[in-house]
Amino acid sequence: MQEVMKKALELLQNGTVSRILGWKTGDFFYDLTPAVFESAEEVEKDFVFSPFCGANLSKYLIKESRKEGKIAVFLKPCDSYSFVQLLKEHRIIRDNVYVVGVACDGMCDIEKMKELGVKGVTAVREDGENLVCETLYGEKTVARKDALLERCVSCKSKKVVMFDEMLGENGEENPESHRFDKVAELEAMTPDERFAFWQNELSRCIRCNACRNVCPACSCEKCVFDNANSGIANKAAVTSFEEQNFHIIRAFHVASRCTDCGECSRVCPQHIPLHLLNRKFIKDINELYGEYQAGADMDTKPPLMNFTKDDCEPSIVHERGGDK
Amino acid sequence: MTMRRDPLIPVVAVVTDIRRDTPDVKTFRVVGLDGKKPFTTIPGQCAFLSMPGIGEALFSVTSSPTQEDYLEFSIKKCGCVTSWLHAIEVGQQITVRGPYGNGFPVDTDFVGKDLLFVAGGIGLAPLRSVINYVRHYRDRYGKVDIVYGARTKDDLVDYEEIKNEWCKEDGINVHLTIDIQQEGWDGNVGFVPNYVKELGFDTNKTVVMCGPPIMIKFTLAGLEELGFKRDQVYTTFELKMKCALGKCGRCNIGDKYVCKDGPVFRLDQMAQLPDEY
Amino acid sequence: MKKLSLSKLNELFSALSQKGELYIPADEKNGQAKFTLWQEGLSMTENLNTVRSAKDLFFPQVEQMVDFKVSGKEIEIVENRHTAEDFIIFGVRACDAKSFEILDRVFLSEPVDTFYKERRDHATVVTLACDKPEETCFCTAFGIDASNPAGDVSAWKVGEELYLRANTEKGEKLLSSLNLEDADESAVEETKAEIKKTLEKLPFGKLNLNGFDGEHLMEKFNRPEWAELSEACLGCGTCTFVCPTCQCYDVKDFDTGSGVQRYRCWDSCMYSDFTMMAHGTNRPTQKERFRQRFMHKLVYFPSNNDGIYGCVGCGRCLQKCPIHMNIVKVAKTLGEGEK
Repeated sequence: MQEVMKKALELLQNGTVSRILGWKTGDFFYDLTPAVFESAEEVEKDFVFSPFCGANLSKYLIKESRKEGKIAVFLKPCDSYSFVQLLKEHRIIRDNVYVVGVACDGMCDIEKMKELGVKGVTAVREDGENLVCETLYGEKTVARKDALLERCVSCKSKKVVMFDEMLGENGEENPESHRFDKVAELEAMTPDERFAFWQNELSRCIRCNACRNVCPACSCEKCVFDNANSGIANKAAVTSFEEQNFHIIRAFHVASRCTDCGECSRVCPQHIPLHLLNRKFIKDINELYGEYQAGADMDTKPPLMNFTKDDCEPSIVHERGGDK
Repeated sequence: MTMRRDPLIPVVAVVTDIRRDTPDVKTFRVVGLDGKKPFTTIPGQCAFLSMPGIGEALFSVTSSPTQEDYLEFSIKKCGCVTSWLHAIEVGQQITVRGPYGNGFPVDTDFVGKDLLFVAGGIGLAPLRSVINYVRHYRDRYGKVDIVYGARTKDDLVDYEEIKNEWCKEDGINVHLTIDIQQEGWDGNVGFVPNYVKELGFDTNKTVVMCGPPIMIKFTLAGLEELGFKRDQVYTTFELKMKCALGKCGRCNIGDKYVCKDGPVFRLDQMAQLPDEY
Repeated sequence: MKKLSLSKLNELFSALSQKGELYIPADEKNGQAKFTLWQEGLSMTENLNTVRSAKDLFFPQVEQMVDFKVSGKEIEIVENRHTAEDFIIFGVRACDAKSFEILDRVFLSEPVDTFYKERRDHATVVTLACDKPEETCFCTAFGIDASNPAGDVSAWKVGEELYLRANTEKGEKLLSSLNLEDADESAVEETKAEIKKTLEKLPFGKLNLNGFDGEHLMEKFNRPEWAELSEACLGCGTCTFVCPTCQCYDVKDFDTGSGVQRYRCWDSCMYSDFTMMAHGTNRPTQKERFRQRFMHKLVYFPSNNDGIYGCVGCGRCLQKCPIHMNIVKVAKTLGEGEK
């Protein structure tokens, strides 16, 4: 962990970059904020890399890479997929970014820890495989594996797919992630059960737009939902149908570009498992067009943006049966 | 218990006359379904017009309160609601609610003063109600000067009234200007702020100004050069509003709500507020 | 003061629900709490607070205002507003109870918002003392006592008992209509003292807000730190929508095909279209929008409301902001207290 901060200092001091995009310390150890550091003093004071660095920094580069000077960014494996995908979409100016890959064994989620009954957490420290929490009600220990973000529980890859420099040893893709298990479970439901599942989940949506605003695949200059002339720019639902539309339209729009970084579910204040919608698309794409991982490389074309003669026919929906 | 009608609920009114003033400005005459003026106003106040399904938008009332039969709104086509309005015909019903805002101090601070009106483009709309009010009660006020500019002659809102009425009235000096020389124009050519400086007014006047922010900024600088103080200058602001009741939060600037604390402000009061208008 | 065995809570809810709709904080399927219409079988959450605040019950996220029928050039206004009937909210925390006072200052000031007023008039609020505050709580900074919450009725859980005290006429009426045992006020003293001890330990409980007032309006507005504070802001509406005191709204029309529904819905000053007009916006970047939200709560609102802040320290934004930026960090950065 210290290594990451040392690297940040080094890159600033040796002039490789003029700014660092990283995570800034909070009040309770778990409450980090993405931040740009412009001096060694700032880094020494506030820079932090900890098990609570869940926030994916790649989307900030859309703006930051357009500013003057070079910026260094620390990317975890899953963040690096978003980075590559954004590069493919010409949203980031690569020359202005120095990428430091950081190995990751999963990031933690304070909300999950609270669900485990750890309340009033005023400080956290790492102790081997455990997180030791100081709370208003005494010290509590949580196994790190129980505190992992949902997306880290089913981590698809520990490989940083693009970097200028790698800190620590780069990992491998994980074919045994079981990330589609829940999707398969939903597919096995009857349409009515599935509808009930999603209705229950999506009915909690408060249209805060956190999922959209955090999503690296949602980088439109102007979102259709903010466009008064689009006819679907309503901020809140007159009927719950509109809420459901929002998430489904969004899932369609990011389909084959979504890298499954899981930020949508991490930021949802209502804990809606939005990543499942995206994973359904990914699973379908894998099954219909062959295995495809968005953001894995610079060369392959997203299946939904690439025509080949072998593409499945629209009738596939009918052939598979409406219940799939 | 029956609740009284919520102030957010409008009433239905009908558009009885539509006048094209410029290529992108039309003036709409609005009366209630009972044939009467929907409500009385103070010059500078605003009202919401709406077409259900299109939306509701706030406009300053262009007609003077002394006009007892109807309200008039001079509206530039630039957004959803205004585009719809520009496409309607006489007889169309719309909804209206108001009046909102403080209006200009026509019966207090302005009384007995020489008045200098400075307007640019559609900025004349809110000032027209003041000017016509002042004309109606002519003896309550001193000399009146009007400096009005637009991009072209065709963009001067309701040029006919200006030419045939204002220009011909004793004690009113109208100074028109357009941005670029144009055939058939023998008036001044140049931007409003420069023209104001060239005309060089006495500093005993009270200034009433409305126009694009850039015009206000430079005119103010020019007036200050001439020796005017900010507390002699009044202007009216336009910000996004949804309720005009001081609740929806949009027009909040500093600790003021433009909808109820404004839209008319004296410029020395604005100095105490963040520059977010 | 009255008391009831906690084992009979369900019976109390049943009795209360006879008097009107009863809302209690209950867990949803995902384990987070929400004020939910009580029906047989619904039990109260163990969570400290709901994700969405109790303001929903007075100022719902979406509210139907009026309908229009349009035919040809004609418009007909159809007033078919929902009329509120008496209802009870049980288990409101001290912070949310205080937020109603703040909302009242907005919606009940002239011209009165009749939609809000109607709901307020018909509601009886039963508050519940906080037995286990979170580290994100800082109600004490605003003079709120979570050991002795306001409301029409205040309640305390003490061991296996629930104690209830009426604070208002409405509260008296409610309690006297229930079959409850009499109890002595002293029964809750120990619990209150216990809660107070925890409140003393709240990390932000003594947040220093000196200098956040109308007099320092321009000074606070012009502080250069706004750029850094707002740097990572996503521009989402999470803080706004979970906030018990945020009350900005939008008015929109929805064409049903057979008429137009005009409704209002929550809006957020954090959104890029909040002040967008046909010719542009006066808050073009996230910095200005972010600043507006915090300036409103910490400076503009108190300037207009006898020094009362537009925040109750419920801590929801601290818990829910996707980037962990919040009013405490803003106040510490721009304030006179310890950084």
